[in-house]
Amino acid sequence: MSISTDDAAKVAGLARLNPAPEKITQFADQFNDILDYMQKLNELDTSGIEPLYTPVTHETVFRDDEVLKEYSREELLGNAPETDGNYFIVPRIVG
Amino acid sequence: MSESYLPTMTEIRGRLAAGEVRVEQVVRSCLDRMDAFEPSVRAFITRTDEQALSQAREMDRSGPTPETLTTKPLWGVPLTLKDVLTTRGLRTTCASRMLADFTPCFDAEAVSRLRNAGAVILGKVNMDEFAMGSSTENSAFQTTANPWKLDAVPGGSSGGSAAAVAARMGFAALGTDTGGSIRQPAAFCGIVGLKPSYGRVSRYGLVAYASSLDQIGPMTLTVEDAALLLRIIAGHDPKDSTCADQPVPDYPALLAQRSDLSGLRIGMPQEFWSKEGLDLDVAERCAQSMAVAEKLGATCVPISLPHTPYAVAAYYIVASAEASSNLARFDGVRYGYRDKEAANLIEMYRNSRSKGFGEEVQRRIMLGTYVLSSGYYDAYYKKAAQVRRLIQQDFHQAFKQCDVICGPVTPTTAFGMGEKTADPLQMYLTDIFTISLNLAGLPGLSLPVGLGERSGLPVGLQILGPAFREDLLLQVGHVLEHHLPRLPLPTGIAQ
Repeated sequence: MSISTDDAAKVAGLARLNPAPEKITQFADQFNDILDYMQKLNELDTSGIEPLYTPVTHETVFRDDEVLKEYSREELLGNAPETDGNYFIVPRIVG
Repeated sequence: MSESYLPTMTEIRGRLAAGEVRVEQVVRSCLDRMDAFEPSVRAFITRTDEQALSQAREMDRSGPTPETLTTKPLWGVPLTLKDVLTTRGLRTTCASRMLADFTPCFDAEAVSRLRNAGAVILGKVNMDEFAMGSSTENSAFQTTANPWKLDAVPGGSSGGSAAAVAARMGFAALGTDTGGSIRQPAAFCGIVGLKPSYGRVSRYGLVAYASSLDQIGPMTLTVEDAALLLRIIAGHDPKDSTCADQPVPDYPALLAQRSDLSGLRIGMPQEFWSKEGLDLDVAERCAQSMAVAEKLGATCVPISLPHTPYAVAAYYIVASAEASSNLARFDGVRYGYRDKEAANLIEMYRNSRSKGFGEEVQRRIMLGTYVLSSGYYDAYYKKAAQVRRLIQQDFHQAFKQCDVICGPVTPTTAFGMGEKTADPLQMYLTDIFTISLNLAGLPGLSLPVGLGERSGLPVGLQILGPAFREDLLLQVGHVLEHHLPRLPLPTGIAQ
């Protein structure tokens, strides 16, 4: 399986990234190397093997769902690139 | 320069609690070493000299009490934190331009526990951006030098933590390990590093890279120090549902229960010890430490972890997939870098992320997006998760024949700066011995076992164990450590 520059550009879009065109070409080449290496996994027959998505074996510990006010609005907005003091501001979405 | 304090963390906390030294003296001795070595080592992203000194003076005013060691087991002890752990009011960058100005309003749980134990934070230390890398060369801000050889890497991703501890800039550090990021830099810098079992330490406030693999752990000068630090940071936290509700043993006290290794069966996986894959320096020192273990009563058993050759491929699929999902939160809206020029929302997202993230981070996000995308999910992500199960089963099988598993941490000693940066796959392959442990969720201790005869650089041995048996790893490491030569001060900064 080979990844073209177009494929890499499409993935960049899905990932909400915008690398420079020469970077996209470079990424496509590197992905081909990396994914070639990953083909190694196909040497193994994994039919019927239950996938392992997390090593957690314990049961989830429940707690009461209590409302806490731990942080002020000011603190939570403090790192935002743009606010009006009450809300996060983003570029206009609807005309 | 004021008097230089070079004891271990356990020793200095005893002297502090007994009132033999003042906190300010100890903090100043660390700051002096930072002033002396930082120009060449560059471990710190953010130093907090003033806060540390003012905290120290305040502590000295009230002084230690007879209960200090029990109630504040790290009273006055200066430590450093990997810059991936959130610190209230203190910039937390993850070594990324994306978070260059990010100041969290909360402490990571592990950090709160250190503060409650009386520790003094000296600053935030360098790493590969978002913990993605094996050399700390992926930091957006600076490269960190290995204190043993200044043109060699300290390892990664917790390279700043390892270099700071090796250079005695702070008595210990916290690191994080997703695929070897505590153990490998510990090995390269000649210190002790412990990757706890998945779920042993709360990940609350650890900026997530790959959530099913990440763990926070101690990086220290001795095994005893690692035991003490783990005792403090381990244990259930309601803020992290993956953190296990299991009692925390008194790790330091348990060390005294084993004086030799009699009756211990050590598994030696053939996949880790094959001569072709190992540098002579590493092979010799690790084999020598096994001979010491046998003299101390251990029996070495040949074992096999047959799926080891597949671990790197499975790991980079799983880790990249989780990273692509975790790092979606950096959207230029609530925190982090925003491209102000963008005309619309999508362009703002795309430009902010591509300008804020470095190359390796973008590579892994894209790789992860690809392996999770429609049509490829089963072929890559599900397949990797199935292989992950096989890797875990390898360990379960192995622990029927042995109590712990030993092997080299890395195939080589610390490599040169720039040596592996051109080819990401070659860099990934340096993690070959560390990665399977994270996939299986098990604990591992990296122990310095001497200097390579040719390179003069530290070599690390890994001791791996069943889940939640950190007590056993620490005991074995503690016994071995006392029968191996103690490393001198790092040669790169020796004066």
